[in-house]
Amino acid sequence: MDELNQSFESKPTALFRRKKKVPQAFDRLLAPSAETRQEWGGKLVSCLAILLIGGLVLTLFAFLINKGLALFTTNKFSLGEFLTSTDWRPSHHHYGALPMITTSFAVTVLAGVLALPLALVSAIAITELLPNWVYRVLQPVIELLVGIPSVVYGYVGLTVIVPQLGRMFGGTGFGILAATCVLFLMILPTMTSMTIDNLRQVPKQYRLASAGLGATRWQTISRVVVPSAKSGILTAMVFGMARAFGEALAVQMVIGNAAIMPAGLMSSSATLTSVLTTGIGNTVMGTVSNNALWSLALLLLLMSLAFNLVLRLISRKGVR
Amino acid sequence: MRKVLLGILLAGVLVGLGFGWAAAKKQPAQSKVTVVGSTALQPLVEAAAEQYQQSHTKASIIVQGGGSGTGLSQVQDGAVNVGSSDIFADQQDGIDHAKLQDHIVAVAGITPIVNPRLGIDDLTLDQLRQIFTGEVTNWRQLGGPDLPITVINRASGSGTRVAFEQTVLRSGEHAVNAQEQDSNGTVKEIVANTRGAISYISFAYINSRVQPVKLSGVTPTAANVTTNQWPLWSYEHLYMKRRPDAATKSFIRFMQTRRVQDSLIKDANYISIHDMKVARTPDGQISERSR
Repeated sequence: MDELNQSFESKPTALFRRKKKVPQAFDRLLAPSAETRQEWGGKLVSCLAILLIGGLVLTLFAFLINKGLALFTTNKFSLGEFLTSTDWRPSHHHYGALPMITTSFAVTVLAGVLALPLALVSAIAITELLPNWVYRVLQPVIELLVGIPSVVYGYVGLTVIVPQLGRMFGGTGFGILAATCVLFLMILPTMTSMTIDNLRQVPKQYRLASAGLGATRWQTISRVVVPSAKSGILTAMVFGMARAFGEALAVQMVIGNAAIMPAGLMSSSATLTSVLTTGIGNTVMGTVSNNALWSLALLLLLMSLAFNLVLRLISRKGVR
Repeated sequence: MRKVLLGILLAGVLVGLGFGWAAAKKQPAQSKVTVVGSTALQPLVEAAAEQYQQSHTKASIIVQGGGSGTGLSQVQDGAVNVGSSDIFADQQDGIDHAKLQDHIVAVAGITPIVNPRLGIDDLTLDQLRQIFTGEVTNWRQLGGPDLPITVINRASGSGTRVAFEQTVLRSGEHAVNAQEQDSNGTVKEIVANTRGAISYISFAYINSRVQPVKLSGVTPTAANVTTNQWPLWSYEHLYMKRRPDAATKSFIRFMQTRRVQDSLIKDANYISIHDMKVARTPDGQISERSR
């Protein structure tokens, strides 16, 4: 111990070495301890990391906004026409994004609305009704499903779902319905695992108190457990839908990519992401058709921001 | 004791690093060539780059996809040495072809494909045009079964689509607004799964799951492409800047050698530029190829 103290004494910081007037004992007391210096170091590193991330995000935003507005500022295309026209033909300089906006929303909302009840029911079953070993077995399975790359879901969609839909309803099978099915499969594990986490976070005392009042199991689940996890469940839904909205590859493989106003669930359509991914490699930076794609990208960014905002609002109102 | 050991270890690491640095300095400078663009050409250039690097150990060739448009704009901006493209620079919006040097390295044949169960294996060029402009919407009108025609186009601006439409459509005509897919593989998968579907792919992607369509009796073969009897084909270009560096020039020359043309290019089901008996201008004019 002595040795340690001595070695510490012999190395006062530069700041204190200059102040010769202060007595030795005082010096030791006022000098920053090793822990303090660790804390400073930690703060410095995290500040730098935050600056780096913040800088990257800001650059990205600035870049996208700059690129995305070029269609309206440099090329003088009207914003109103971009948002309301249904005619998307880059080769003829018609840039109406409404079909893509509609399709993106339709696909996302449909997948979210379909997936939520199923996710909720399976989460309730796993956390409240089934024995605990089911949870222990199913949890890694669900997490595995969450981690499967989207191209796999897309390929399953292309080789299994699309031909099957084609046989059932006629036509090619490509379209909003196929995309909804694929997205449903993709977001269901995410939503289920998030809902399970939220249901498990409901304190055990709630359930005990409810049982103590003579409530049945069903009453406990429907009146106590689910309401107290409500905000978490909604967050899971919005999170899943945000994932669905931004999904590019899997959707692009099954939606058909015809940039026309969707006439029904079975007609080929195109989402914002699918038009972006098919088009970006075939246009040249700086041309009008390229700028139009960047405008779609900006629109996509704004939409995901909106999703995030909704997410924040919901989780803030949480009853925990 | 531990400090001594640590010191020895540190010294050892430093000496090792020093040796490594000296060895690296002795190595000749790497000449780097980046090729970016057409995904259709990517596997071919990759294979050629591998061969090239075996005989030119100094060279390092980086091949990336991204699409013809990306390739052309990147090479125009000077971001890469070579931009690969399925279409002439003149045909791409926003590219100043005067700034670029064109090198044709291969020819890709394109064939219409239908589902094998459709029972159609021969169409005329005019029937093809009617299908892709939406004039004809049912196979019954072409002597087939009573089935709606599902047109599957390539992404607008894609090299294969530009070449296809240049030959099939009349000038001023536009393709029907239909499904668009951006890869040969997906197109093949869809046609294999949908009975009424029709699309077009590069020769390299044909397999037994799809039925290539003859045009007025002419079969889609490499030999027929070389004489333009089979009119659906496109050049595969490598574009570089007006004044390229030596390494870039040397690699492109290597791609055009007999050795690469007769082995790699034929193995990948492309057609060698040396075999072509006709030439085509950017606006689609065909002429005898001068040798």
